[in-house]
Amino acid sequence: MELRVKALETILIEKGYIDPAAIEVIIETYEHRVGPRNGARVVAKAWSDTDYLARLREDATAAIAELGFSGRQGEHMRIVENTPDLHNLVVCTLCSCYPWSVLGLPPVWYKSAPYRAKAVIDPRGVLADFGVNLPADQTIRVWDSTAELRYLVIPQRPPGSDDLSEEALATLVTRDAMIGTGLALAPGSTP
Amino acid sequence: MNGPQDLGGQMGHGPVRPEQDEPLFHAEWEKKALALTLAMGACGAWTIDTSRHARESLPPTIYLSVGYYEIWLRALERLLVAHGLASEAELATGRMLQPAAPVKRVLKAAATPALLAAGSPCDRPCASPPAFQPGDRVQMLNDHVPTHTRLPRYVRGRIGEVVANNGSFVLPDTNAHGKGESPIWCYSIRFQAKELWGAGADKASEVMVDCWEPYMTKAVA
Repeated sequence: MELRVKALETILIEKGYIDPAAIEVIIETYEHRVGPRNGARVVAKAWSDTDYLARLREDATAAIAELGFSGRQGEHMRIVENTPDLHNLVVCTLCSCYPWSVLGLPPVWYKSAPYRAKAVIDPRGVLADFGVNLPADQTIRVWDSTAELRYLVIPQRPPGSDDLSEEALATLVTRDAMIGTGLALAPGSTP
Repeated sequence: MNGPQDLGGQMGHGPVRPEQDEPLFHAEWEKKALALTLAMGACGAWTIDTSRHARESLPPTIYLSVGYYEIWLRALERLLVAHGLASEAELATGRMLQPAAPVKRVLKAAATPALLAAGSPCDRPCASPPAFQPGDRVQMLNDHVPTHTRLPRYVRGRIGEVVANNGSFVLPDTNAHGKGESPIWCYSIRFQAKELWGAGADKASEVMVDCWEPYMTKAVA
């Protein structure tokens, strides 16, 4: 594939369709500027600031943009909140739709056939694949991202985190917790 | 289309295998596959829906056996040929053999951060009032079109409940094929697991699917 992609890039540059410097900017952006730390900051603020949570519920795209996160594959954001009775899980069965602006690029498993096939028919089995076991009576609501809405799961705030700052709370929020294949970490635990 | 992309509910793919400490990219070429795809999208020769259709139109044996960046790369090659921006011979040789075709714009480095930060919103005004309201019971059409659609097979013919009207958005079914944006209402529809998967379904699970208005009718009784 290295040679095949190199050949393609060479043609596109020769034809003047692409600016090689723009290619580098795109790669740099997704390697270093956009990633799940963005989403963790949104979640930590939602846990800490009820006014902010209200704004997220009203217009998540605008509330997330308040923190400086916007753009491609995050143009139309929604939050979905976990509660003791309800667990949310996000998938795209038809391709690889994922909220890039808050989570960065999706991991391989998110785009793979096993996850896309199984999440809608056996969400509890998917969670077990991630070592997560929920009470049988806790409803699992699976969000299939078939349109241009992008979903960010707000996990349940872990017990024992009442006194933590937003910065400390953000370290408890894993990428998987914001997809729904994981839970927020307990304070003092290691990922 | 009933292509290899429509995976919801399929069996036999095995467990999900998350990778410990997964790197963002697994090879240098993956970075280029990502960036070339985004940069060529910015040229304006095709829409994101056209891109998705190119990916799902790959042969199923290929689609299911390669990684997602290779799916993107192969689809990009097809798009370039289909739109007259490159030829098969050029892709095979890695050399320019025919002059460049005009494109609407070329993404320059200086404009890239702003473009990525703005994205491409696809909500558009819709002239007609919404046909459905939250609480309505709706039945998805059971049409198997050979063209692009975002109505997965596993909900076709099934009955769900309108939970929210998300606003009006570009309709992928027309936009993928150069037939216009046709903005129309897009709703969140809730399907109970039993409605989708039958008696063996998890009693405490449900699936929310975002569906455009033309995908459904009001459910009878």
